[in-house]
Amino acid sequence: MDDLFGIPAPLLFGQLLLGLINGAFYAMLSLGLAVIFGLLNIVNMAHGAQFMMGAFAAWMLLNWLGIGYWAALLLAPIIVGITGIILEKAFISRLYKLDHLYGLLLTFGLALIIEGVFRNEFGSSGLPYRIPAELSGAWDLGFMFMPVYRGWVVIAALILCLATWLIIEKTRLGAYLRAATENAALVQAFGVNVPRMVTLTYGFGVALAAVGGVLAAPIYSVNPQMGSNLIIVVFAVVVIGGMGSILGSILTGFALGIVEGLTKVFWPEASATVIFVIMAIVLLARPAGLFGRA
Amino acid sequence: MSLTRRGLVAASVGAGLLPALPRQSRAQAANTIRIGVMNDQSGPYRDISGPYGIQCTQQAVQEFTAGGNRGFAVEVITADHQNKPDVGANLARQWYDQGVDLIIDVPTSSVGLAVNNVAREKNKAYINTGSATSDLTGAQCSPTTVHWMYDTYMLAKSTGGAMVKAGGDSWFFITADYAFGHALERDTTKFVRDAGGRVLGSVKYPFPATSDFSSFLLQAQSSRAKVIGLANAGADTINSIKQAAEFGLMRRGVKLAALLMFLPDVHALGLQTAQGLVLTESFYWDLNDRTRAVTQRLQPRLRDQKPNMASIANYSATLHYLKAVADMGVAASKASGVEVVNRMKAMPCDDDAFGAGRIRQDGRKLCPSYLFEVKKPEESKAPWDYYKLLQTTPAEEAFRPLAEGGCSLVRS
Repeated sequence: MDDLFGIPAPLLFGQLLLGLINGAFYAMLSLGLAVIFGLLNIVNMAHGAQFMMGAFAAWMLLNWLGIGYWAALLLAPIIVGITGIILEKAFISRLYKLDHLYGLLLTFGLALIIEGVFRNEFGSSGLPYRIPAELSGAWDLGFMFMPVYRGWVVIAALILCLATWLIIEKTRLGAYLRAATENAALVQAFGVNVPRMVTLTYGFGVALAAVGGVLAAPIYSVNPQMGSNLIIVVFAVVVIGGMGSILGSILTGFALGIVEGLTKVFWPEASATVIFVIMAIVLLARPAGLFGRA
Repeated sequence: MSLTRRGLVAASVGAGLLPALPRQSRAQAANTIRIGVMNDQSGPYRDISGPYGIQCTQQAVQEFTAGGNRGFAVEVITADHQNKPDVGANLARQWYDQGVDLIIDVPTSSVGLAVNNVAREKNKAYINTGSATSDLTGAQCSPTTVHWMYDTYMLAKSTGGAMVKAGGDSWFFITADYAFGHALERDTTKFVRDAGGRVLGSVKYPFPATSDFSSFLLQAQSSRAKVIGLANAGADTINSIKQAAEFGLMRRGVKLAALLMFLPDVHALGLQTAQGLVLTESFYWDLNDRTRAVTQRLQPRLRDQKPNMASIANYSATLHYLKAVADMGVAASKASGVEVVNRMKAMPCDDDAFGAGRIRQDGRKLCPSYLFEVKKPEESKAPWDYYKLLQTTPAEEAFRPLAEGGCSLVRS
């Protein structure tokens, strides 16, 4: 019982756990994308750049203002969320009546500009961000050495995903949001300020990306391309889960993290490709995604 | 009368010159040497050379032209190859067709090899200072190519050899899945085996799409190898080391061999994480009086950065190329890349960055390699004071022996 499929069992358990941790990032990011797409019908290509801005905001808060990790976890998403709101007001709000493609191109362009500015300012090697003292160290699980911080990432991601899902599915605010998705004009007729709600939703989606960035800062070096590495995978996650489906993107995020983790053991060269293979298969069998409604 | 005659002469000379003016500016274009710096300006290797590599090239041009009128002008143009071989090859073709005389830098071995083929086809000069694959002077060597800096053989010999000697006799490789990673793993494996060590396994991860290395580090750990060989570079190496520290690998006695690591990588990691790492470079700014002098001259251009062996290789190589052009004339050097490179091989090199050296028949520039250890935070007395010198391999021994490369230019 030491070997499973020719791989030592401890190694396999370790990989499952690591997959779950990466899945936590996929889930958090695809959640924000799903919220934005669900309500704004905008394919937010700037999401990766906003994830990166979250990490940089945490770094700047620490190094320029001496504000530590825990406060940054709250402040960085607010700051980045506000920049999102400005972007929405200034640019994105003009595109709601046009084809999806315009929103995609606009946000893609914005992402390139944002990443370019950060690269010019901070270089590409990245900046160090220490793991907070409370979360440093590691547990010995027997089959692997588990850094406390990574455990915290999974827990934080789960709480965040669950809270978002509850807000959207179970509260009055969420009901307004969902109603506005179905028929904005009617909701507005009931006296709800739909444009403001849309703006705040975009800000919220962006803030979710920024939380992911703060959580990622101590694990990966804080560098301008950290988001672009992730964003394409996250889009595949959203497509597999079903565009706009909140629960779908959360579950798919975690599941694909695990699939990718296992691929890294059995066929490492394919680990960047496997998610897209799954995406192709899902699109052929269920074009609306696993949890989407056609 | 004489005044009139003089006026006449002046007028006729003036008239003779007038139609020559446009011809002269055309002659000026033919009298300009164009250098194309092609490197990564937006990806994981940007900080190693990128904008700094361009500045180092321009510094060389400035110092060369400051030495008086050389009879020709020098122009530097730049581009980002995005680490994509197709982008690099297309750009190289376009540049050479538009009259670029030399392409320099070109990190990322897959791109470096692609441009190598274009240069050979067009008979144009090509100095690679950024790629590591030893195939550039081996199986794929070309009469138009000089490989100026580090290669996988030299890195494997210096870092790999030293680690095996220090007792690291079992290895596991984490390898970037493209030409560079493969060559570095192959060359290091040879040294490990020759020294009586064993290679217990390796993983090849997708480049450049990977930022989480924990899975591979865990596989390496479960192989029980004493040394994890990182056959990667730039941001990938930084993330690998950072995550190895996070998972406590070093505390459990596993040694990391960062087979290709540069000063900016150490800077990005911070000494707290990087301390004790052993690495190989051919240049360190604080090595001797000449390296300190050239660093000081470069400092205004590099702002708060220091040069490393890759970026400053552009300085050294550009200087040597321009000396060869001055020696053989602009027209002749524009006509044939093979001839310029032959002239470069015939002339001894000497500059502040690497000292005296020469270029071998197969295109390999010879320079010493230095094995450094990264200082502990308390040992570092100033910003960028990062390295302790452990050992020096002389230029003639640092690289693969001429006969072993399999280069077709080498006549036995």
